[in-house]
Amino acid sequence: MQKFLFFLFACIFIQPVSLLAEDAPVIAAASDLQFAIEEIAEMFQKNTGNKIKLTFGSSGNFRHQIEHGAPFQMFMSADEDYVFALHREGFTLNKGDLYAIGRIVIFIPPGSPLKADGSLNDLADALNDNRIKRFAIANPEHAPYGHRAEEALRHAGIWDRIRPRLVLGENVSQAAQFATSGSAQGGIIAYSLALSPNLASLGNFELIPAEWHNPLKQRMVLLKNAGPTAHAFYEYLKSPPARIILEKYGFMLPQELN
Amino acid sequence: MDWNALELSVKLALYTCIILLPLGLIISRVLAWHVFSYKGFVEALIALPLVLPPTVLGFYLLVAFGQSSPIGQAFQSLFGSTLVFSFEGLVVASVIFNLPFAVQPMQRAFESIPHTMREAAWVSGLSSWQTFWRIELPLSWPGIVSAFALTFAHTLGEFGVVLMIGGNIPGETKTIAIAIYDRVQAFDHTAAGTMALLLLALSFFSISLVYMLAGKRRPLRGV
Repeated sequence: MQKFLFFLFACIFIQPVSLLAEDAPVIAAASDLQFAIEEIAEMFQKNTGNKIKLTFGSSGNFRHQIEHGAPFQMFMSADEDYVFALHREGFTLNKGDLYAIGRIVIFIPPGSPLKADGSLNDLADALNDNRIKRFAIANPEHAPYGHRAEEALRHAGIWDRIRPRLVLGENVSQAAQFATSGSAQGGIIAYSLALSPNLASLGNFELIPAEWHNPLKQRMVLLKNAGPTAHAFYEYLKSPPARIILEKYGFMLPQELN
Repeated sequence: MDWNALELSVKLALYTCIILLPLGLIISRVLAWHVFSYKGFVEALIALPLVLPPTVLGFYLLVAFGQSSPIGQAFQSLFGSTLVFSFEGLVVASVIFNLPFAVQPMQRAFESIPHTMREAAWVSGLSSWQTFWRIELPLSWPGIVSAFALTFAHTLGEFGVVLMIGGNIPGETKTIAIAIYDRVQAFDHTAAGTMALLLLALSFFSISLVYMLAGKRRPLRGV
């Protein structure tokens, strides 16, 4: 018993030291970056030897967490308005930089009665002949991709009819999870997620016309407490190797960065 | 498999247990042997986390610990960091949330010790400290271990509160339950499956321990 207790105490008092030793900034990134940023971060860590920690979620939630004092050093939002709001409130170093423009796709899992039709005509037909029970999007209230999905569905004139059948993901990753699980007949998710190898075998997708919704202007910004590693990662994202990866995941790159 | 998250969860569970053990001992002894007005009210308050939705507690803690609250500001000026989105905040939340899991098994154990036995100890010349150490503790240890096991397992599996006030920060607030959620969203079902299995095994082990100890305690009632 005494040995066991000693072990428990040892666990507790030895741990914090190792935590202090590594000073890795925490970076809050929008869920659509899940795969692209992990790839970029891996390369960054290999090239510079600096470590960073990534956490993914909906941009709206991150905005609130930063307001409540979350210790993030950098924020990569899927919607630039959240960055501007934080800037106005004095949480950021500056107005940040546009790093990518996102697109949305309609994603259909195998065995679904729907077609991956980017014009959303098939979705409208499916509502008429009752082929569709559940359709997944991210929560439009605080997830930019959900908000854009709503705009596209409104543009197609089916928002009011599809609303009772929507399942809302907490962020776009969760919406993708719902859309691919087969329990929903499909969903509108980020192009960057649909292009990732993890989703390749899980269904078909087609781009929704970019003119149907406001552009997903993704902006990154350093927060007031950003240290050298966060600054370095911020600059790294503007470098060609990082941009190639962003492009690979279907992001359009803003002209002003060229 | 996210070892970092597991380590963090184990650490959180141990801190919670170490804080709750003495606290729970004091509270449960008082509740077991003393009759006072509003006792039912106090017991209800302690049992509240059993039925309280974690999001409700999470919400109140977010408000109470936030930078705009007096508690949040006091903590920040003392330690230079916020209580929300920090490991310390999780410990506080976890202690509150596990109060019934620690207190109730210990209270049942103390209640099962006949009052006559403690009186016998006193007339034999034992001080109340000696009575506690040599009579009460040996008789109630199955309840204490149960409390420890339940608190430990429950903390490992805690999700709602941690999600609301933790912010999913690797190495700081990303516990194993959050890591599972995180891995599912990253379509990494292998890692999510491994961690889920581990939590399942740990939970089953803890709860089995509790039931085995409950079996041990029964013959005592005949004393």
